[in-house]
Amino acid sequence: MTQLALVIDLNVCVGCHACVTNCKQWNTSGSAGPLVDERPYGKDPTGTFFNRVQTFEVGEFPHTETVHFPKSCLHCEDPPCVPVCPTGASYKRKEDGIVLVDYDKCIGCKYCTWACPYGAREIDEKQQVMKKCTLCVDRIYDETLPEAERKPACVLACPTSARLFGDVHDPESEVSAAIREQGGYPLMPEWGTQPSNHYLPRRKTKMKIHKDELVRTDNPLKKEGHLPKVDENENFLEDTASW
Amino acid sequence: MSNINTAPTQEEGVEVKNTTCYMCACRCGIRVTLRDGEIRYIQGNPDHPLNKGVICAKGSSGIMKQYSPARLTQPLKRRPGAERGTADFEVISWDEAFDVMETRLRHLRATDPKKFALFTGRDQMQALTGLFAKNFGTPNYAAHGGFCSVNMAAGMIYTIGGSFWEFGGPDLERAKLFLMFGTAEDHHSNPLKIELAHFKRNGGRFISINPIRTGYSAIADEWVPIKPGTDGAMILAMIHEIIKTGLYDRDFLTQYSNAAQLVNQDADSDEFGMLVRGLELDEGKIHPRDELWWDRRTGKAVQTHTPDTDPFLLGDFTLEDGTPVKPGFQLLVERVKDCTPEWAADITGVPAGTIRRLAHEMGITARDEKIELPIAWTDAWGNEHESVTGNPVSFHAMRGLAAHSNGFQSIRSLSILMSILGTIDRPGGFRHKAPFPRPIPPCPKTPNNAQDIKPNTPLAGMPLGWPADPNDLFVDDDGEAVRLDKAFSWEYPLSVHGMMHNAITNAWRGDPYHIDTLMIFMANMAWNSTMNTVDVRKMLNDKDENGEYKIPYLIVCDAFQSEMVAFADLVLPDTTYLERHDVMSMLDRPISEFDGPVDSVRIPVLPPTGECKPFQEVLIELGSRLGFPAFTHADGTRKFRDYPDFITNFETEPGSGIGFLAGWRGKDGEKAMRGEPNPKQWEMYEKNNCVFHYTLPKSYQYMRNWNQGYLEWSQHHRLTRYTDPIIIHLYSEVLQKFRLAAQGKYGGKQPPDRLRKRIETYFDPLPFYYEPLEGQLSDKHKYPLNAVTQRPMAMYHSWDSQNAWLRQIHAHNYLYMSPKVGAAGGFDDGDWVWVESMHGRVRCMCRFSEAVEPGTVWTWNAIGKAKGAWNLTPDANESEKGFLLNHLIAEELPAHEHGANLSNSDPITGQAAWYDVQVRVYKADPSEKQQSSPQFDTLQPVPGQPERKSWLAYFAGKRK
Repeated sequence: MTQLALVIDLNVCVGCHACVTNCKQWNTSGSAGPLVDERPYGKDPTGTFFNRVQTFEVGEFPHTETVHFPKSCLHCEDPPCVPVCPTGASYKRKEDGIVLVDYDKCIGCKYCTWACPYGAREIDEKQQVMKKCTLCVDRIYDETLPEAERKPACVLACPTSARLFGDVHDPESEVSAAIREQGGYPLMPEWGTQPSNHYLPRRKTKMKIHKDELVRTDNPLKKEGHLPKVDENENFLEDTASW
Repeated sequence: MSNINTAPTQEEGVEVKNTTCYMCACRCGIRVTLRDGEIRYIQGNPDHPLNKGVICAKGSSGIMKQYSPARLTQPLKRRPGAERGTADFEVISWDEAFDVMETRLRHLRATDPKKFALFTGRDQMQALTGLFAKNFGTPNYAAHGGFCSVNMAAGMIYTIGGSFWEFGGPDLERAKLFLMFGTAEDHHSNPLKIELAHFKRNGGRFISINPIRTGYSAIADEWVPIKPGTDGAMILAMIHEIIKTGLYDRDFLTQYSNAAQLVNQDADSDEFGMLVRGLELDEGKIHPRDELWWDRRTGKAVQTHTPDTDPFLLGDFTLEDGTPVKPGFQLLVERVKDCTPEWAADITGVPAGTIRRLAHEMGITARDEKIELPIAWTDAWGNEHESVTGNPVSFHAMRGLAAHSNGFQSIRSLSILMSILGTIDRPGGFRHKAPFPRPIPPCPKTPNNAQDIKPNTPLAGMPLGWPADPNDLFVDDDGEAVRLDKAFSWEYPLSVHGMMHNAITNAWRGDPYHIDTLMIFMANMAWNSTMNTVDVRKMLNDKDENGEYKIPYLIVCDAFQSEMVAFADLVLPDTTYLERHDVMSMLDRPISEFDGPVDSVRIPVLPPTGECKPFQEVLIELGSRLGFPAFTHADGTRKFRDYPDFITNFETEPGSGIGFLAGWRGKDGEKAMRGEPNPKQWEMYEKNNCVFHYTLPKSYQYMRNWNQGYLEWSQHHRLTRYTDPIIIHLYSEVLQKFRLAAQGKYGGKQPPDRLRKRIETYFDPLPFYYEPLEGQLSDKHKYPLNAVTQRPMAMYHSWDSQNAWLRQIHAHNYLYMSPKVGAAGGFDDGDWVWVESMHGRVRCMCRFSEAVEPGTVWTWNAIGKAKGAWNLTPDANESEKGFLLNHLIAEELPAHEHGANLSNSDPITGQAAWYDVQVRVYKADPSEKQQSSPQFDTLQPVPGQPERKSWLAYFAGKRK
């Protein structure tokens, strides 16, 4: 069974928000739209976004990590938002595992918001229906689009290609390989929701310098007759030996 | 969403058009889908060499810029009797606007052209605005570069002939180690993001040296927090360590820099510190431009690059005539002798061990991970090379280094670090983008005396240029400034991008003179683009004893109701980027790639809103009416119908074949780079994704400073006048000439006595570190903290505060600081605090962060707004909680030994020293209003602005 999902590489996400607004512009005029903005030019502007980037710090100065963390519906294998829905508006598609909301059935009761441990649901205050990431279901099967563009808008936009998209049930897919090989992890697995979206952790590249790499026969200083000299004030064997 | 259409057929009413983004200066290719004439989707153009299909948060929010209620839609004039700053306007026609401008400007041009000043913002059409100013005959023209990052351009171009910015960048495809100094998020935004990700995925090591860990620094493998303004000291210590351990690329320095060239060391000579030249060779032939090496084999001075010689880089020698000389590298070694990592640790706050280790990492990576590409090339001395080699250490920096008053020398230090590692225009290092590299310095020059400004005559030179010696300065017979902003004067000799940040203060004070008309395009000089915002707003509104404005007439062209618009006497409504023709020209800020020249165009995807008119059209119309030679025939009739016609048919001189666009030239579009005008050029760009990309042969893609093939190609296509190799100025003879002049040892122009010491100090031919000027003049016990800004990637300066989506990401800003600052001041995270410099104070909210060096506080740039500006409601977060640091930063230094009204700028380049300010932070009294301070009177919307909706449910076109 296919399970479409996003794999987000925190190792390269710079927190630029391209995915946030590209999602907004695609979806507001798409099948899931419009995405309302309240007080767009006033105090405390707020609106419906299917995808948001949270930024937080880990550790204490100077050992601080600044983490940019994009978050949208995780399209759980066992989505808690579905069984709590009193009208059946929230549902998970069998064919591709995408979790969707049928606006015609949604009564805006927000049970799903309370059930979702990830805060991925976005109530549309004007329409009073619940909205959320659709994985751009109106793009990914659109055969009028070039094949390379049949991807969620956030994936297309991402300048660091931090967002991978594909079938996490297909072991041969790019997303499965990334999860397998790069330590991909789901968010809060203890909730038992089995999120389909995964995150790839930060990876550090370090450089090990061996002391002898600083000494070379082709040292250009030789040509000037000024080789680096050993500092005679350093510790030598003589300083501690007792022959 | 019950009836989700998962396989829609091609919708009716849908059109797709390509153009070029302008949500920031990156200028990505975009593909715009329209539905029923409304914007459905803006995506990155996958076939564009710059962004390769990706797009950023700003570019993705173009819809909300296009349909913003902040749009200006009608020409406006200040209502008679209304005060400037109140935004009390009445609608006028374009005919009236043009008549008013024509009359006023015709008179100024015929009487005293310098009384007209044109200053522009981040407009990317400086080739046209500069052409307009030159044809008008005024020297008083500049774009925003002087207050942005001119130190970066000047520091690097005066050293290696190219620069970060749009002129070159790190080759992250091949690099193994990458160091980024300071904030650099907005210069080459999407390409850098693309490359950073590839670099990291390929196992590259990324080190960020920055007081703050945000943006790109977040994904660095190592973050090195440093005190602001001290990078120069760290870089000098790295140079010290690399030289000490012999990790420099000797062969590269010898062949391609002036490291081995001999410098006159006779302190009594007028030639002291100059390169020794004019050796009489055996043939009895004088080569007055020939520099010398001291050959190791023969123990004699020889002409540089003499076959079968190998010069000393170190040592001191005596010429036959008794002149003591030293190689430039020896002088550099002496300069950095005491710049130990321990010395730098005290200044920078970075442990000496870290500095030493980073130097070793760079040196060892450069030496041991050499790249060899099987590309044969020939150098400028005729030597053939079988391959191109590279040392894979890359760097990037922009404003973080530039916006300090010691930035020029810091950036020269960085350029020298890059050079000693052997990384210039080589794979894995720094690579140029056409039309760079340029000669050092580049050839364009300003006029050099006051008599060059004549009525009804184009300026005898460019308004902006690159001084090569003191006699290129634009000063009068007394050695004082000719330009309003005092650029190219002895106060800031190498201010190659002008000094827009001092234009208003100088015009208001009448120093060096009063002007009549100030035209501002797309620059918010009454708000975030100015230093000392509160006082500058007063100056814009200040009157003389006769009740006349001290700056008599202000013309502002903008697409949006900015704070600056409120002060205008005449407002010209500009179009958005989606409504106009435009060019990203190589005559301007290039968008070239490493592998060759690139230029591109905008083609309107929507008709103009209301009466909006592109500023380009305003300039063409005015230039034609005023009879400028560039825009009219000898009989006075206009040459160009409109801007697109101008772009098609303009040539730099008749028959030159050089125009604004390099693609599809020649009668049928068959020529590239040069060729006669092609009447179908716009159509050909349109058919080709709006972009032209000329790929150089591989053998011309590297080592271009010294690549014979490339230099000849470049000359053949008129990119550069000379084919001489562009030798890296490890030792800057150009700077030494200014120093000699200050010492009375250089013929020609002399600095005024008050500035001699200043010139002598800062025009050091070798890089050095000095404390930023404001720091030197501040009471650091009272103001112990540094305050800087960072660039949010989702907001470009003030351009997007009108944008309903982007302002949901950044509606207001905080002052970020270490919790230690709060603990010392007795306040908590989220409290209202005052941040105060010696110039003023601002009330704002604080936020504690562990991602900032404890001696630094910072905020996002340009988020705060004046009440009612940009058609935001008066209670919008931008004005209630948002704030500018600008109120704390003066445009002039306190009076000191070198003068009273010197700009708060780099003494070499006039770069605005935004990041030098010293502050203290203390808790606001609980009884105070919980609102940012200072506040200003609420602006009302101006006539013609679209309605400001209380909610939006944007959906493009009709729902089918």
